[in-house]
Order: sequence, then structure tokens, then C-alpha cells
Amino acid sequence: MRAVRQVLRQTETGKTGLRRISGTGGTGAFFGRETMAVEGIGARALRKEDKRFITGKGRYTDDIVAPGMGYAAFVRSPHAHARIRSIDSGAASVMPGVDAVLTGDQLVGDGVGNIICGWMIHSKDGSPMKMGGWRALEPEVVRHVGQAVAVVIADTLAQARDAADAVVVDYEELPSVTNAVAALGPDAPQIHPEAEGNLIFDWEIGDEAAVNAAFENAAHVTRMNIQNNRVVPNPMEPRAALADYNSAEEHFTLYTTSQNPHVARLVLSAFYNIAPEHKLRVIAPDVGGGFGAKIYIYPEEMVCLWASKRVNRPVKWACDRTEAFLTDAHGRDHESEAELALDSDNKIIGLRVKTVANLGAYMSLFSSSVPTYLYATLLSGQYNIPAIHANVKAVYTNTTPVDAYRGAGRPEATYLIERMMETAAREVGLSPAEFRRRNFVRSFPHQTPVIMCYDAGDYDATLDAALSAADYDGFAARKAEAASRGKLRGIGLSCYIEACGIAPSAAVGSLGAGVGLWESAEVRVNPVGTIEILTGSHSHGQGHETTFSQLICERFGIDSDSVAIVHGDTDKVQFGMGTYGSRSGAVGMSAIVKALDKVEAKAKKIAAHLMEASEGDIQIEGGELKVAGTDKKLSFTEVALAAYTAHNLPEGMEPGLKEGAFYDPTNFTFPAGTYVCEVEIDPETGKTEIVNFVAADDFGKIINPMIVEGQVHGGLTQGIGQALLESVTYGENGQLLTATYMDYAMPRADDVPSFNLSTHETLCPGNPLGIKGCGEAGAIGSPPAIINAITDAIGNNDLSMPAKPEKVWALYNSTMKQAAE
Amino acid sequence: MYETTYHRAGSVADAVRMIADAEDGKFLGGGQTLLPTMKQRLAAPSDLVDVTKIPEMKGIREEGGQIVIGAATPHAEVAASDLVKSRLPGLATLAGGIGDPAVRHMGTIGGSIANNDPAADYPAALVGLGATVTTSKRTFSAEDFFIGMFDTALDDDEIVISVSFPAAEKSAYAKYPNPASRYAMAGVFVARHSDGSVRVAVTGAGHYGVFRVDGMEEALASNWSPDAVAGIHVDSGGMLHDVHGSAHYRANLVTVMAKRAVAAAG
Repeated sequence: MRAVRQVLRQTETGKTGLRRISGTGGTGAFFGRETMAVEGIGARALRKEDKRFITGKGRYTDDIVAPGMGYAAFVRSPHAHARIRSIDSGAASVMPGVDAVLTGDQLVGDGVGNIICGWMIHSKDGSPMKMGGWRALEPEVVRHVGQAVAVVIADTLAQARDAADAVVVDYEELPSVTNAVAALGPDAPQIHPEAEGNLIFDWEIGDEAAVNAAFENAAHVTRMNIQNNRVVPNPMEPRAALADYNSAEEHFTLYTTSQNPHVARLVLSAFYNIAPEHKLRVIAPDVGGGFGAKIYIYPEEMVCLWASKRVNRPVKWACDRTEAFLTDAHGRDHESEAELALDSDNKIIGLRVKTVANLGAYMSLFSSSVPTYLYATLLSGQYNIPAIHANVKAVYTNTTPVDAYRGAGRPEATYLIERMMETAAREVGLSPAEFRRRNFVRSFPHQTPVIMCYDAGDYDATLDAALSAADYDGFAARKAEAASRGKLRGIGLSCYIEACGIAPSAAVGSLGAGVGLWESAEVRVNPVGTIEILTGSHSHGQGHETTFSQLICERFGIDSDSVAIVHGDTDKVQFGMGTYGSRSGAVGMSAIVKALDKVEAKAKKIAAHLMEASEGDIQIEGGELKVAGTDKKLSFTEVALAAYTAHNLPEGMEPGLKEGAFYDPTNFTFPAGTYVCEVEIDPETGKTEIVNFVAADDFGKIINPMIVEGQVHGGLTQGIGQALLESVTYGENGQLLTATYMDYAMPRADDVPSFNLSTHETLCPGNPLGIKGCGEAGAIGSPPAIINAITDAIGNNDLSMPAKPEKVWALYNSTMKQAAE
Repeated sequence: MYETTYHRAGSVADAVRMIADAEDGKFLGGGQTLLPTMKQRLAAPSDLVDVTKIPEMKGIREEGGQIVIGAATPHAEVAASDLVKSRLPGLATLAGGIGDPAVRHMGTIGGSIANNDPAADYPAALVGLGATVTTSKRTFSAEDFFIGMFDTALDDDEIVISVSFPAAEKSAYAKYPNPASRYAMAGVFVARHSDGSVRVAVTGAGHYGVFRVDGMEEALASNWSPDAVAGIHVDSGGMLHDVHGSAHYRANLVTVMAKRAVAAAG
């Protein structure tokens, strides 16, 4: 059952030499950029989509203009918690260019549904989660700063904003709470009547009795309080919507910044009562980043649809950056107590975790799944832990709703277990690498005590590779050299595991998911042999147009220019679940492979018929279908044309060459790896410089190493942002103090080092390509490595994220003071 | 952004007349602060009078032992100027570290000092070097020019024409940037003139904008070395505090940046 194949492959950025490509089409040919234009699996193909992005020819939602469209501006709450006494839109509604001022009463009156949460969680007492109502425009009680209470539609954006400023809302301010632990306290204000004491659910997983027994027998127990700081996703393109209602056809079109347009249509139709699905087309055109924040169906997009019908004109809304800070779903925000029990051989015998998760003022679409099934199921890490118990309390606060952000639960789990591992190693006096190695899972499949069944991996391989690349053994010399320059040098490890390609649908359904998590694809071969791939995955930076094309190039040996990837339009693609959770490779591509199998089979039948050969003798190579052992061949174009002329097809065969497939995975996939971070701290300012960062990842099969490296770079950078810089800060009365880039520190190029990357392949046995996924790993694995390195450097473990310079400076000074005393 | 009317002034007299004619006019330099403020609807001038095309406000020259920089000169030009680099290396470093490349190619010295952001870099150079500010009406010493946070001695209809810097024997600037905005959390400009006089000016850290540190100046006058200021701490009572750092931390940064500036000056 051991992983099928292990390839040690040091990636070398920019190198485009000859390489062997293992073929899904069975050709196993040699390809290289210098020798052939066909770039199949494993090629560092340049991104097809970049020409339009780099030359300004991308077409984003806010670029799209509908004739006669009006502009929406929202009236937002300045208070974290307040009762609305009245909304006076009299002055605003007669201002120049104003079409309408719409409020929550009208929205509710028109039967527009409340915003839903798509994953049901039950508390440990069996009761369902306690969900408060969330209306797209709130008519009664606002619960976070920035919540929309009214919308103005006007001829120009400036007119809409002027009128929004003129809407007078009379608020009765109520006490507010932004910290989740405080919100559970006896004196905390009650936020939703449905959730007493602001507790949404009190959930558990694992065997508590077994864990208690483990702790009774423990030779050593490591205990920590661990916070995971709240961050804002900040995709480069803020959210936007253009809603266009056609009254004659009673049909809506919505252009929007979505990672999953079909899910948006489903929710808008089935739950928000905007229109039945066949009367609602959702288009997610070019989308500039998502990181999770564009999964959800937010109030603003829904209000644009509703308002478009109300005012009978297209309505455009484009979020500004501060609106994005106030309304895009935030990420993380956990406070945990963790205990790790070790036996006398320093083997882990139990893990106990208690987490309070801040879900904000409302339950966003997948908010309930993030701190439960996407979090606690990964607490076993890469380790053989016989007993785990986790309790998670999800809490309402007067803050922006929290949902999945790059990694979604898995970063929180990884941060917790990897901080614990490093700390326990220090406490028992083992090298952090040796302590981890002593506890690695080595036989697969491995069933953890928290649902997951790891299918394949080689954790020693990635640890060895990372330690070697980082020259772990040479650290002491580097530390001494840094000290001679007055710098504090530290090194930290993180051995992460995550779960991608969330599925199978039946399994997630049994855990409370409201949707299935399969994917669909359609392969359309045109009569001249060009190919269109329709996919339910959505690319918002991932480069699907390139990587998905590589699958087709590999299979049929045709040029990438002959392939088009179609996505993001509910009128073109029949259905799909979209892109998040690093699922497009493992799930989306698997659906394409299934459809390609069908196309290949039919093409071979046609070719065999035309060349009077046996179907089994047809081989596809270099864009041609050949009869093995003869010189007989037909081009792919000739076979496609034959399928469409239908003049000479096998008896009973339908004309055409177009196949579709749905793919539902059999298991999650489990990317894993080891990250080593080395830092230097300036003791006078507390500033951290990352002087080396090594990432050794196992993503399974890699389609395009260049794109994978880009994903790792981006993920690591976001992880560095969370660990060092990004900090959502709420002030008194629930005001968001970090609502612009003047105060919210995003990582920049000079905050990150030149990364040292490598990949180490064990194939995922659960999907046809062996893909595990790479989109989130960097953000998941990096924060603990960084904090472990800083705490190593300053000799003080009491550090929370982000490791702002002042915090590090103060901790180091207090350590020095204690040492002196 | 609210509606506004743009005017381009061809001369100082032109600019003064245009402002007088405007209902609620504002002079526009490189626009790197004013325009973002307007885009956020936090400022709504009826008229903008662009002064960056006025010939006498442009360029860098040496005049009677002083380096004179026209108010409409962008930061990038100051940073790249051979004259500034040779005579006032600290000023060149400072200008080359303002904002980002876009800001440095648009933002001007006159616009920056007229705005007097408490975390802007230029005020430290002006006070640190003992510069003179020439306006459309008069001249100011740098210390008289900067009054407090976002406040200067300028009248509403008064334009900065140029800034004159006396050449220094040694000068350097060390900045600890805010991790988000990259403005100074503490920026320290140190200069020693040929007569042996020393100035230490701090931006970013103080409540009221740029200030001098007498104790450091005295210590450096007798011993020009980083060690001379290492033990001198400013009172944290006058320091800014926000989500990026406490007053105590900023006071520490002033000492550390002062040390590093002296070391950089050599």
C-alpha cells in the first residue's frame, strides 16, 4: 500500500530542458520546449492567460458595461451593534440622478431570503447549531461595523455615493463585543436571540475517555495557549457585481467576482428566491484572486440582482478597499488550549485541544465547517497519535463574518500541532527534527482518530530534503556568526499535512455539507480538431487555461493553441462546484481525464473503422492516430471531421465527438511537506528578517512546475504575512482600526526571501493523475515554522502572531532581564 | 471623489490669482496625499491649482554655498541628483526612501512640507540641516515653518517656492518604516556642519511632528560617534502611539535610528 513512486526532483526555476513526461495517454514520449511546441504534463509551459492580464486586456466584472446601467452605493452601519430606530431616505431619494433608495424592509417584503450557511454542525449534545438571521439589508439590528442597511441606485457612482451620505439612519447604540472568549462571558452583550450566550455550537470530535487515559499515563505533558490571528484575504481585485434584469424575459444575468458561479446561482435561486435557475445566468469573468473570500454569496451581489428588477435597469457595484476590509469574510481567529501527552520514549500518546472560534456577526456560507471538519480532522498532523479529542466552541461577535481563507481550518490545525511539536521537543531536550521523526506516520493507509485516512506520503523524504537544503546541521555556526554581527539567529520547523479535494460527496454530506463536492467537465472536439474544455472549476489566478490545456496536449499530442478552456459561465458549463480548497487539480482535472477517456475511446473506434484496423491497435501520438506496426495513420483533425460529417462511421455510432463526465473523489488528498525557516532578529528593534526559507513539498503529480512554484511562493508569502505582519485590530466600540493599507500590513516583496523550493512526489492513489493539490500548502505550513524560528532566536516561547517587532523586542528584553536577575 | 475644477498655473502670480478666485481652492503639488484623500471623499476642494509646471519652482541648483531645491521638484530627482548626493548624502538617501517609485516620481518637496505629515521624511531633513523655506511671500527657518501635526506657518494663499539647504560636513538619515504604510515610525536626520554645530531632527515619532533632540546634539558635538547617543533616550510622553507601536517603543526607535544615522554618516 506504500506510495507508488517517489521521485526526488529539485525544481530549478526557469529551466526548460528536455524532460521525460510520463503520459496519461500512454505515450511516454520525450518533450521539451526546444524541440516541440506540445507541452504536456510536467512541462514548464508559460501561462496562456498572461498575455491578456499583462497587457491590460483582461475582462473583469467592473470592466463590463451594460447599456443604461445605474450604480449602487451602500449605506453602512458605523456601529458594531445598534438598533435601527428609523431610516429616513427622503432627502436622498430626491437628489440628482437617484433612481431609488432601498432598505431591508422592502427586501424582506419582496420575499428575498436570508443569507444561508451551507454546512450543518451539531453540538455534542446533539442540538443543531444556533443560527441567527442574516438579511442582505438589515432593517432592525446591525451587528458589525460596515453592515449594509440601505442601498442607493443612481445614474452615476458619485451621485449614488452623495445620496448614500444623505440617508439618515437613527441608531440606538448597543454594547458590543469583538473577542470570542469575551463574548462567551456572563456579561457579554447578546448578539442574536437564537444563540444564547453567543454560543453557536459546542462541538467535539475524538475519544475523550481514551485521551484522558493517555494523559493519566503520560511521562511528559506539554501545554500551550495558542492564538491564530484574524486576517483579511485581500484579493487584488475587490468584489464587484453587475446585475442585469430583462423584464420581458423575466431573466437575470449576474456578472460577479465568484470562485464558483454555479454555487452562486444555486444559492441565489434556491434560497434567496431571486429567480429559478433557468432564469438566472451567473458569469464570473476574469477574477483577480479569491483566496476563499469569493466563494460566498454576499449581501451586496444579491442586492444588486434584487435592485435591478426593482429599478428595471442594470445595476453595477464595485467594492472599494475599505468596504472589502469591512465586508469580505475574514479568516482564522481561534483561541486554543492544547495539551500533548508523551510516553517515556517521547512518543505521542494523546492530544487534547479546546478551541474557541470567532465566527463574527453572522454565519457565512461555509463558516461552520472551517473550525470543525476542516480543522480538528487535521490535528493529527504527520504523526501517529493514538488518541485525540478536540472541543470547538463557535461564537458570535460584533465583527465581520469569518469563513474560509487560503487553507481554511488546516492552517489553524497545523499552527497548533507544529507549535506544540517544537515546544515539546525543546521541553524534553530532543532536536525538533528527531522528535518529529520519532512520531511520523510511516505506513499507509493510516487511519487517524479524527476521521481522516491518509492514503500516501513519505514524511521522512520531505523532512530529509528540507533539512539538507537548509543545512540544518550547520545552523550553530551560522548562529554564532550572526551573533558576531549583533543579530539573533533562530531556526524553526513545520511538518504540515493538509487535506484537499474535499470529498467524497456522500462523506461530506454525512458530515453536514449542503452540497456535493464533485466536479464536472465536458470535452468538445470541433469538426476541425480544435478542442474546447468546459469545466466547473474556476480560475481566478490559478492558470487553468494553461494547466488544463496541458492535459489535452499530453493526451492527443496537439498544440496548446488548439485548446480553449471555458469556465465561469452557468450558460456554458452545465454545472460545477468551482475552485477552492486546492481542488481544481485533484477533482477538476480528474473530471477532464474521465471525459478525455471517453473522447479517446470514440476517436479510436472511428479511426479503427476508417483504417480497417482493430481498435486495440490504434495508438495516439503527436496529433495522429496510428495503426501500430504499420504506416497507416490519420490526423486527429481527420478523425474529428469524420465524426462530424458522419459519412462513414461504425455501425450504430452517433455522430459528433463530445463527451462529458462527473468525477466524485473516493477520498480527500493529503499534500504534506516540511518547511524550515531561518530568521535573524535585530535585538534593538525586534524586526525579523527571514534569511532562508526552505519548502520541501509533496503535491503528488505536478502538471506545471512553474505554476506550482508560483502557488507555493504566494502561499508562503501569505503565511509570512499572517506570521509577521497581518493583524485585524478592533478598537473600542468594535471599530475596525485596520481598514486600509495604511494600517493593515500586507507582505511586500522585501518582506520575503528568495524561497528554496523542492518537490518530492508520492502519487495520490485516489485520482487518475495522482494529484494532491498545491494551492494552500504554503499558507498552511509556513506560520509555525516562522514563529518556531523567532522563539528559538529570542529564547522566549510566549509569542503570538503576528510577531510584530515591538512584541519581539519586548519579549527579548524581558528574557534578557530575567536572565540577568 | 467629489467634483473639482483643475487649473494649471504658469507662474506664481497666476497661482495666487487662481486660488483667490476659487471658492475653496487648494494648491496641487504631486498630489500623492491630496488626491488619495479626495478619492476617499475626505477632502472636497472646489478647485485645484497645479503649481508643478511653474518654471521657477523646478530644479536643483547650488547658490551661495546652499543647495536650492525648487518646490515642484519630485523626490526621485532629488535622490538622483549628483549635486545632492555629493553635498548632502543624507538628503539624497532620504528622498530615495520616500514612499514607492510612483510616489517618488510624482510627489514634490514643496507638497510634502506644506502638508507636514507627522510621519513624512522631509521635515527631518529641513530641520536637521537648518534649511530655509522661501515662499511667495517671505522666508522661514525650517523650525518656524513647521508648527505641528499637518500644520505649517503658510497662509492659505501662500506657495512654497523653494527650499535652501546649507551644505553639511556630514549628514545621514535612518528611518524605521511603518510595516503597513512605510511612513516613518521614527526617522532621524543627523548633520554636522563645518563650524562643528550638530543637529538631530526626528520625524514620525513625535506627537507634534518633527522635533530636535538637544541632548543628542550636545553629545554628538563633543563626540561624533554612535556610542555618544546610545544612552540618550527621548521622553516617551511626547511620542505617538497606535496599533503599530507604543510610545515607549517609538522612543526606543529614536535612539536606535539616531545611532544608525551617525554610523551611516561616518
